[in-house]
Amino acid sequence: MNIPREKLLMMYERMLKIREFEDRVRVLFAEGELPGFVHLYLGEEAVAVGACAPLNDDDYITSTHRGHGHIIAKGGELDRMMAELYGRATGYNKGKGGSMHIAYPKLGILGANGIVSAGIPIATGAAMSAKVRKSGQVAVCFFGDGASNEGTFHESLNIASAYSLPIVYVCENNLYAVSTRQSRVRKIEDIADRSIGYGMPGVVVDGNDVVAVFEACKEAVDRARSGAGPTLVECKTYRWRAHFEGEVDTYRPPEEVEAWIKREPIAPYEKLLVQQGIASEAELKAIKDAVIKEMEEAVEFARKSPFPAPETALEDVWA
Amino acid sequence: MRQLFYNQALGEALAEEMRRDKTVTLWGIDIGPYGGANGVTKGLWEEFGEARVIDTPVAELGYVGMGVGAAATGIRPVIELQFSDWITLPMEMIVNQAAKMRYMFGGILEMPLVIRAPIGGYLNAGAQHSNSFESWFAFVPGIKVVVPSTPYDAKGLLKTAIRDNNTVIFFEHKKLYGIKGEVPEEEYTIPFGEAAIRREGKDVTIVTYAYQTLRTLSVAEKLAKAGIDAEVIDLRTVKPMDETRILESVKKTHHLVVAQEIWKTCSVSSEVAALVAEQALDYLDGPIVRVTAKEAPVPFSPSLEEEVLPKEQDIYDAVLKTLGR
Repeated sequence: MNIPREKLLMMYERMLKIREFEDRVRVLFAEGELPGFVHLYLGEEAVAVGACAPLNDDDYITSTHRGHGHIIAKGGELDRMMAELYGRATGYNKGKGGSMHIAYPKLGILGANGIVSAGIPIATGAAMSAKVRKSGQVAVCFFGDGASNEGTFHESLNIASAYSLPIVYVCENNLYAVSTRQSRVRKIEDIADRSIGYGMPGVVVDGNDVVAVFEACKEAVDRARSGAGPTLVECKTYRWRAHFEGEVDTYRPPEEVEAWIKREPIAPYEKLLVQQGIASEAELKAIKDAVIKEMEEAVEFARKSPFPAPETALEDVWA
Repeated sequence: MRQLFYNQALGEALAEEMRRDKTVTLWGIDIGPYGGANGVTKGLWEEFGEARVIDTPVAELGYVGMGVGAAATGIRPVIELQFSDWITLPMEMIVNQAAKMRYMFGGILEMPLVIRAPIGGYLNAGAQHSNSFESWFAFVPGIKVVVPSTPYDAKGLLKTAIRDNNTVIFFEHKKLYGIKGEVPEEEYTIPFGEAAIRREGKDVTIVTYAYQTLRTLSVAEKLAKAGIDAEVIDLRTVKPMDETRILESVKKTHHLVVAQEIWKTCSVSSEVAALVAEQALDYLDGPIVRVTAKEAPVPFSPSLEEEVLPKEQDIYDAVLKTLGR
């Protein structure tokens, strides 16, 4: 494993942050503290973290309706995220966005998105922008198996390939688009196979193995940055929770959910770090304690923050 | 009389039409075993099978476009969009294809296509899950636009939509799925272009539709306590629009308020106001007052959404304004 210790520990910390954040959101939402609705990333932590770890702060990502994990993986602060979920003025987007629309361009986060597949052309545009500006930036585009059946996927991947754009398409294949198992609406098993049609490399990785995701994405990011063009990385993973909190999950066999929860990404990674002598159990516990503390503070921050003043509702519509 | 939820009434309309006409076929995402995100298609996959209740991939341009091709070739597709917000994706197929094909081709084919889509806010669902785009479609010749406010209307109008040989966009407000209302066991349909007078009154006409109908009726009761007798007209279909009932009412009350959920510019309320200004101006004894959303995307935070979307108090105040009180 040729990955710097600092990077390995950062990946551990960020996966934990996502896990803690999402689990807390689950509870807060059930208690009626959060307005609207939320889609949780629990179980998919290794994908966002492994794909963002090779990126620089000014590299771009686009996210999805299930976006909290991507924002955290790219360096988003828990307190400002939580404040946004609470609809408070101190949130990343002043309470205007909410769970599905967190954006923070300073960290290259071009937005979670309420429209399935809408991030795909937007990320492609960011990559085109980086190329035109010769900035050396790369874009990572997160999307699900469902979005891969949208027209934007085809149009964007063709353009990115034709112009050798600096972009990595990261497909989070969690097997279901809401209730619809992918095999019912797609003949092929691996979405990565579609890369052949666009003349770009396609790779399938275990999306619950953060090192595997990192290695595949690192290679793809390096390739993109070098000017060699896009890659399609398909990460096989699973969401633990229903499509959104409050939905009754009638469509997934409980044994399947159980099996995937047993294959969760964090515990094996912890073991790996200890076995390889990267960190001691005590060191990992210290990281965990710090994350839990940060999480507590984030909730406090959000709770204490004011709601946006009503008159601000009409600000930001126009430049 | 029997009470049904709005979503059940819609489901019943689909089932009855599917039994009556073997060409009625449904598709959309999660409408099969799952029963649709709002429970409208519950039980239909079990009764009619997967050849007539088809789960599609997430591919709006594809599955709505497929509706155009199927409608032109002997099927009556009823397509469910899970949220109307992404009706933007298949816009090409609706506006440039479905709406125009009969006309461009000189009337030699039919376009019996129905697209059902949930609209509306007041759910803190954020800017991309709270839209109401009915005015876009009312603008286009060749498209009918339905906006039912009660379970009774939802069923009767959906049956009419399915039997219509034109493209019909059928907007269901999300706040209405869980409301109950009387729906008779017997077969009925409701013609397009006939508004419902939900409350008769003599002092002011309030024209509204969809979820705002419920809010307007509650305001009308408050107005009654203040000695103001409001007539509430529920459009039921914004295209065709029941011009006769609107004009007759205004000629009686001499005052017009239009209450809608979404933005003002070039909207349904613009059309109603223009109709009355063109054809009944001399009957008006006060300004036409419109109640609409403020012109911003519908924000997420409760404190902001409340500011942008119209409140019941806004309807009340609009009535006082047109009456000069």
